[in-house]
Amino acid sequence: MAGLLVETGRAALIGSLSLLLAACAAPALRGTGDLGVVIERASGSVQVVDNTHQTSLGRVEGLGDLSHASVVFSRDARYAYVFGRDGAISKVDLLRLILVRRVAQASNSIGGAISSDGKVIAAQNYQPGGVRLFDADSLALLADVPAAPGVNGKPSRVVGLADLPGKRFAYALFDADEIDVMDASDPAHPVVERHPGAGKSPYDGLASMDGRYFLAGLYGEDGLSLLDTWRPDLGVRRVLAGYGRGEQAMPVYKMPHLRGWSLAGDYAFLPAVGHHQVLMADNRSWAQVATVPVLGQPVFVMAEPSGRRVWVNFAFPDNDKVQVIDVPTRAVIATLHPGKAILHMEFTPRGDAVWLSSRDDDKLVVIDTASLKTVRELPARSPSGVFFSWRAGRMGM
Amino acid sequence: MDPDALRRWAAALLLCGGSAVFAGAPPAPQPERMAVIRHLARQDCGACHGLTFRGGLGSPLTPEALKDKPDESLAAVILNGRPGTPMPPWRPFLTEEEAKWLVYWLKQGAPP
Repeated sequence: MAGLLVETGRAALIGSLSLLLAACAAPALRGTGDLGVVIERASGSVQVVDNTHQTSLGRVEGLGDLSHASVVFSRDARYAYVFGRDGAISKVDLLRLILVRRVAQASNSIGGAISSDGKVIAAQNYQPGGVRLFDADSLALLADVPAAPGVNGKPSRVVGLADLPGKRFAYALFDADEIDVMDASDPAHPVVERHPGAGKSPYDGLASMDGRYFLAGLYGEDGLSLLDTWRPDLGVRRVLAGYGRGEQAMPVYKMPHLRGWSLAGDYAFLPAVGHHQVLMADNRSWAQVATVPVLGQPVFVMAEPSGRRVWVNFAFPDNDKVQVIDVPTRAVIATLHPGKAILHMEFTPRGDAVWLSSRDDDKLVVIDTASLKTVRELPARSPSGVFFSWRAGRMGM
Repeated sequence: MDPDALRRWAAALLLCGGSAVFAGAPPAPQPERMAVIRHLARQDCGACHGLTFRGGLGSPLTPEALKDKPDESLAAVILNGRPGTPMPPWRPFLTEEEAKWLVYWLKQGAPP
């Protein structure tokens, strides 16, 4: 009896010891659903952050020129694909905090997207103008699709690339009058459907979160171009045309940006170009519903995930301010001064907080969206984009 | 080397060194203001022209891209913008002297 007790005790001891050893050897298990990536544009690094505990988990370096970098996530939200201005794609492991793979794929790039099945990465390039497809695991090149030429005879710069359902991608051509939809079902042999009439100088684009509409913002004219991918036979049509009619256009010191967060509830919230306004449109009929005056040239016009409020940041020289629009009353309800050179904003998955990057104060600012109070500041080196992993499961993000 | 030859050689060196340093170098702003202009150029011009000035939606601003363009017209583009393109006028934020210095700085390869 005593012997048996001793034996049991020893087994328990060995059991707990091996558990202890395992705990030492393996990192603590955790999910990635509340992680994010912050671009540190000047130092070629990214920080991986946790938006539940509002902390930084660490820094990954060696990503090259990250001016105007953007990020998409693998659909398991384990990896971030960072598209650098220098044409490189860097694959970052959010859990191990390492650079897994990096390919230099063009000399001047502006962003990218991931296919609906998560298997193909598409990069949109300025130089050479076009789209290139890569295997999401190995980053091996699958296809090179030069864009239609602009007036100078060179392939056009590609803007606004967004994923659509059915392994398709949509994008606009800055130098050529076109919106293209690429079917990458067979990623080594993509098929491009070309739609003329995109308008003058599309500067960016977005796909609605249901993947039905592709919208391109225009620099060269007051209006946006819309392609209803359920009705491609109708072609590209102009919406919100002539929104600045009768008003002198003001200089634009930074181009606005578009993405799926511009659409929420029944509305689309879009930056006017050359006018200090946010345009509000019905997101089925695309008729203009309201114009909300704001204090400067809007850059990011982002709806909270609830669609109840819309946050706006601004181009130089107003980039130290952020305004909040109340959707039901269509009025600005707050003007915040969170820091110098606010370049980007990102909501937590359900919008309880918003993270802002303050480039010239070298910090991230976390604001509680209910109280509009700053609840945390974190140091960062010249931060620009903030991208949270909830994007992994959303179309057009 | 006889003293005369040495003098001629020294004069030639001075002349050529002098022209390389001084010709085309407009008056430099005060160091603090210079830092502000460099930051503005890199960050805010860089938004379109690229942080390293290798171009984006805006054209490249590298010494090679600018070498055949006259300083005066480049300074005018900075101050007045280019109508019909997204290039805005920077006159509200820069003086003529500062625009000339900015052109010089870009042509030098934007040293830190």
